[in-house]
Amino acid sequence: MLAKRLIPCLDVDHGRVKKGVRFVHLRDVGDPVKIAAAYQQQGADELVFLDITATHEGRSAIVETIEATASQVFMPLTVGGGIHDVSDMQRLLKAGADKVAVNSAAVSNPDLITAGAEKFGRQCIVLAIDTKFNPISRQYEVYVNGGRTPTPLNAIDWAKQGVSRGAGELLVTSMDKDGTKSGFDLDLYRQLSAAVNVPIVASGGAGAAEDFSDVFTNANVDGALAASVFHYGELTITEVKRQLLKDGVIVR
Amino acid sequence: MIAIIDYDTGNTRNVKKALDYLGIKNVLSADPQEILAADGLILPGVGAFRKAMLSLQQRQLVPVIKAAAKAGRPILGICLGMQLLFDQSLEFGQTAGLGIIAGQVVPIPATIGVKVPHMGWDLNQATTADPLAAVFDQQFTYFVHSYYVQAKPKTILATSDYGVKIPSIVKQQNVIGIQFHPEKSGEIGLAGLTQFKELTENADYSRN
Repeated sequence: MLAKRLIPCLDVDHGRVKKGVRFVHLRDVGDPVKIAAAYQQQGADELVFLDITATHEGRSAIVETIEATASQVFMPLTVGGGIHDVSDMQRLLKAGADKVAVNSAAVSNPDLITAGAEKFGRQCIVLAIDTKFNPISRQYEVYVNGGRTPTPLNAIDWAKQGVSRGAGELLVTSMDKDGTKSGFDLDLYRQLSAAVNVPIVASGGAGAAEDFSDVFTNANVDGALAASVFHYGELTITEVKRQLLKDGVIVR
Repeated sequence: MIAIIDYDTGNTRNVKKALDYLGIKNVLSADPQEILAADGLILPGVGAFRKAMLSLQQRQLVPVIKAAAKAGRPILGICLGMQLLFDQSLEFGQTAGLGIIAGQVVPIPATIGVKVPHMGWDLNQATTADPLAAVFDQQFTYFVHSYYVQAKPKTILATSDYGVKIPSIVKQQNVIGIQFHPEKSGEIGLAGLTQFKELTENADYSRN
């Protein structure tokens, strides 16, 4: 059976790695190639690069970052952020990305998912969803623009629609949990797992090694993504894998 | 010199990056002369079977690959490149493959309760004593695919269990197929590519 994947996420701005806490505060933590190599060494199963470069002109930097990383680091690489059309996808895949993640652009133009899947295959297209639970409507609502703008979409419905349009994987961030280090949003991932039959990566809330065991054993997700706990050395991939093994979760 | 067959498919460059990193001499090529002059061939591939076959046909590479196989040249097909080595695929109707190894490519049944695509790190189990299979025995490697090959047992070197037994490494004489991505499988994947390079150096074939 497949091993569960641990996925550090690198926020990249103009070719430098940063980590925004709740998408706001930024602190420079270095060179993407070196960080990626260090994560490979630790046993990370995949890396996500999120391009947070705000200006259109700055966007070519991420292509160079991927090109450089893919020449030194031999593990699956996913890139998200600022992908608006099929040619953006093509540039990144050509540079060495294995998957591209679409978020806001897919909400405003769902055909982008289909176009990408038809051109590159479903396995290349990740639908990234940022969501927050609305306690009044009791629904997970989809947010766009880095979590700043609410949409009328329900996250579970949007996930289903995305998969039927050709998304081969879902990367779903719980904005309620992001930055809290209080564990993953199990309820969200249980609902998603019941709704779709593609791999799901959980994101938001990782604080302790047990949180990873929790989401893998209690919600049928395939990967778990985290940034700050890994970036600032609060947890190592090795530590988390040791805990997962202890709890009977398959890891490599 | 290893020729990586260039036919406009996804992961060609990542295979090249891995060989470059290992210091293995290689060339990306669609030129029949250059391909036939190489010590070994790698046929990469990501995407759809039919489109890939069409692309090989348009570049008139089908007879070139077949000739290299017949001449005993070591050939390594990776992922879709492995599947192309077989007789036919049932992806979007029936499409003929290169027909170098007997068998067919069929969908991973979603009815058995597994997610499709089969995406992530999965365990390989060697089923035959073979130096390449030994590299990957009991090792996790990175898979991304929705179809798999049904091959004759004697051509299967290793399998991975995903509800069905997926042949992860196949071999028929000088022709090898790997379902996972060695170029994306960290140290162990690179060790496999090095093993293939050694095979190309030791291969016994006539160059005519």
